Amino acid sequence: MTGYIHSTESFGTVDGPGIRFVVFMQGCIMRCAYCHNPDTWEIGTGKEITAEELLKQYNKNRAFYKDGGITVTGGEPLLQIDFLTELFIKAKEEDIHTCLDTSGITYNDNPKYLEKLELLISHTDLVMLDIKHINSEKHKSLTGHANKAVLDFAKFLEKKNVPVWIRHIVVEGITDSKDDLVRLGEFIGSLSNVKALDVLPYHTMGVNKYEELGIDYPLKGLSALPFEKAVEAREYILEGIKKTRTNKKEQ
Amino acid sequence: MYTNSEFWDGFKSGVWEKEVNVKSFIKHNYTPYDDDENFLESPTQNTIDLWDQVLELSKKERESGGVLDMDTEVISTIVSHGPAYLDKDKETIVGFQTDKPFKRALMPYGGIRMAEKACADNGYTIDPEVKEFFTRHRKTHNAGVFDVYTPEMRACRSSHIITGLPDAYGRGRIIGDYRRVALYGVDFLINDKLAQKETTGSAMSENTIRIREELSEQLRALQDLKTMAESYGFDISVPAKNTKEAIQWLYFGYLAAVKEQNGAAMSLGRTSTFLDIYAERDLERGTFTEKEIQEMVDHFIMKLRLIKFARTPEYNSLFSGDPQWVTESIGGIAIDGRHMVTKMSYRYLHTLINLGPAPEPNLTVLWSTRLPLNFKRYCAKLSIETSSIQYENDDLMRPIHGDDYAIACCVSSMRVGKEMQFFGARANLAKCLLYAINGGVDEISGKQIAPRYRPVTSEYLDFDEVMEKYDHMMEWLASVYVNTLNVIHYMHDKYCYEKLQMALHDKKVTRWFATGIAGLSVVADSLSAIKYAKVKTIRNEAGIAVDYEVEGDFPKYGNDDDRVDSIAYDVVHKFMRHIRKNPTYRESIPTTSILTITSNVVYGKNTGATPDGRKKGEAFAPGANPMHRRDTNGAVASLASVAKLPFVDAQDGISNTFSIIPDALGKDDRIFLGDLEVNFDCASGACISPTLLQGLDTD
Repeated sequence: MTGYIHSTESFGTVDGPGIRFVVFMQGCIMRCAYCHNPDTWEIGTGKEITAEELLKQYNKNRAFYKDGGITVTGGEPLLQIDFLTELFIKAKEEDIHTCLDTSGITYNDNPKYLEKLELLISHTDLVMLDIKHINSEKHKSLTGHANKAVLDFAKFLEKKNVPVWIRHIVVEGITDSKDDLVRLGEFIGSLSNVKALDVLPYHTMGVNKYEELGIDYPLKGLSALPFEKAVEAREYILEGIKKTRTNKKEQ
Repeated sequence: MYTNSEFWDGFKSGVWEKEVNVKSFIKHNYTPYDDDENFLESPTQNTIDLWDQVLELSKKERESGGVLDMDTEVISTIVSHGPAYLDKDKETIVGFQTDKPFKRALMPYGGIRMAEKACADNGYTIDPEVKEFFTRHRKTHNAGVFDVYTPEMRACRSSHIITGLPDAYGRGRIIGDYRRVALYGVDFLINDKLAQKETTGSAMSENTIRIREELSEQLRALQDLKTMAESYGFDISVPAKNTKEAIQWLYFGYLAAVKEQNGAAMSLGRTSTFLDIYAERDLERGTFTEKEIQEMVDHFIMKLRLIKFARTPEYNSLFSGDPQWVTESIGGIAIDGRHMVTKMSYRYLHTLINLGPAPEPNLTVLWSTRLPLNFKRYCAKLSIETSSIQYENDDLMRPIHGDDYAIACCVSSMRVGKEMQFFGARANLAKCLLYAINGGVDEISGKQIAPRYRPVTSEYLDFDEVMEKYDHMMEWLASVYVNTLNVIHYMHDKYCYEKLQMALHDKKVTRWFATGIAGLSVVADSLSAIKYAKVKTIRNEAGIAVDYEVEGDFPKYGNDDDRVDSIAYDVVHKFMRHIRKNPTYRESIPTTSILTITSNVVYGKNTGATPDGRKKGEAFAPGANPMHRRDTNGAVASLASVAKLPFVDAQDGISNTFSIIPDALGKDDRIFLGDLEVNFDCASGACISPTLLQGLDTD
């Protein structure tokens, strides 16, 4: 079977542990205001490719990836779950570390879907879950969707005991309020499978793509988040995590 | 009379005691160091004072337009100038090239016009008598070369299909084994050279005559070396007896070399592990403390940073700066399997902290997957802090050169004291492709430079036709190139012989005949465009193709795409095959390099538009790099393309200049937090991100 990808990056160092081969899947249903890959939104286009071809590319330079592996991101990889599952099953056959970078937005409790999802995550070593906003209303205005599916997906991963890295992008005026960050931390603190927290300061490197695609950039004029603000945001999230965990211990 | 036991007491015996063999000494005596950098010492007050003095002088030098002072009268030799100091009482390691720091020496043996111009361009005038002498009475290397050059060689030179030839300046790329001075003392080396002279045979063939003359020159240089050291108050006829002397003796050897030669690269060798043997002995005996040893190393490195030559602005623009290539090779793995990292490896690198970052000396780590993890981490850390470390692949070079090779210039590897190189600049293979298309006519000047081969006359380029013509043109280029270099090296040996450096070599020396390639990625992409897209020629009134229109897309070198990477491979392999067909001076072994680290800009400037869509005058990519912005699949794919080039054909080095924004190298641990469960208390930000280690080899 084939999947639709946007592109590959042979030297990924920020999308999971080690040096990684990163596959950007084509297609996404979210429309995050700060998305820096609007060229991966459109569904049903992109480059058609087989899992074998991707693994062939990976294996050519396998020596580089010996402490890394494959990361599939996008776009939203879970939109092509069947292809993704095939890729990860084949990757695990070759003992390759697999990482899924997702928004979790496609999660639902349809038994058929859950069956597929379970098959996929049984071949997934790490999930990087991007929680865009802890407040569902604000999540909706930021991405076009409520966050229930995302949070449910996080709980599902906990139940299945899949290692998770939580990512959170900090944008001035949108995701930087202390209350929200602490609440996000409290939620993360309630999960037992979170291995790392990755706080990403908003940057403007995707802006040009919007111009090229002729799409209005929703955050026009907003400047990149100063690094210190991201450090501060991390502290708030940690405060939340600590709070939940201390409560748990006391109970 | 002394016995060597006074000096060698405590060292383990080996064949090195009987013959000049530093490698054997190192092998028997060095102590691999596996721990971390915590033993290192900060700079002493004297070091800080001296370095402040240097910074002050550097500032003055910049304010005076790049040169503080030049000698315009005294011809530089090993003994031409008396001692000079920054501050005699504070310096633990002494010696400058002339009679004061920052004063550049006058070195006319390579060419009087170059020496004169270097002065003139900086506002100095050389003594008319010196000029007269080196014009009428004493011939220079440059004059010798131009006596012999053919019109064709001159044409190749002025049309820039061969550029940067060392025909008016010192060829460099020779590393004397300066360690020998410290280990044996100069008298031992003199006796060794005398014995060599006795065994040259009595039938006076041209070769024997030359060797005997050279050995006599070497002997004189060794005597001069002793005299120079005496002027600083040291008797280096005997071996060094401790770390301080070992560094000083070794540095005197190097200093004599840079007083005698203004070479394009005056590299130091592989000295740190050697010196560590003395440091270990002194630490054990209590002769010196760690603080004192670090101070000596700091002062030594400081001296190396102050090596200066008189050069012209053109020379500096070709090399983008004022580089001396005082390259020092650090680390690597020994043939017996032990790694060669010692405390001294750390001390050398630590000068980047004690004195601050600097491009010189060019500290080069011979990297292997088997280096100790602590050392890898230290290197990574220092690279992040100072951006001043060069890395080269020991795993690739060790099988060819063993474990006592060093890097000359930026990538040229050679066994210390056993091999030397005839530096050979480079041939512009992109221009050669244009000559193939235009039948040997230069696309910029319109002159017939190469033989009048049949040009391509069709509007659209045909791959097979171009490839066949290109192969012929490369054959011609290789021939004129090698022959030009033969002239150059003959004359350099004759009029500008590196007597001191060669005195610190064995009698039997392996000579590498270095050639070089510029414009490889332009050629690969051009041929790929011709093969996989359609390339239309645009001709001027004279019918010369001066521009190209590419219709459609084509595979580009730098994306791990075998369709084009194999073209790059073929071009290197074919060119090298043509090079090898030609006899080389002194039976030297031909090699080539793909490493225009800075001169790629100048090469591009002198080359017309190429079939890959590159415009006239546009810079080439450096070295073996893919062309700018054409590698679109990330660094690993880009590196993989470069890695496919045949090292056996380009043994003199393949360079890939690689820059990356720090954020793309990994997570910043101030915002990334790993091991949330295990190490929760590190929330203060003090914990270390796991990604730093994950990027390194750990086996």
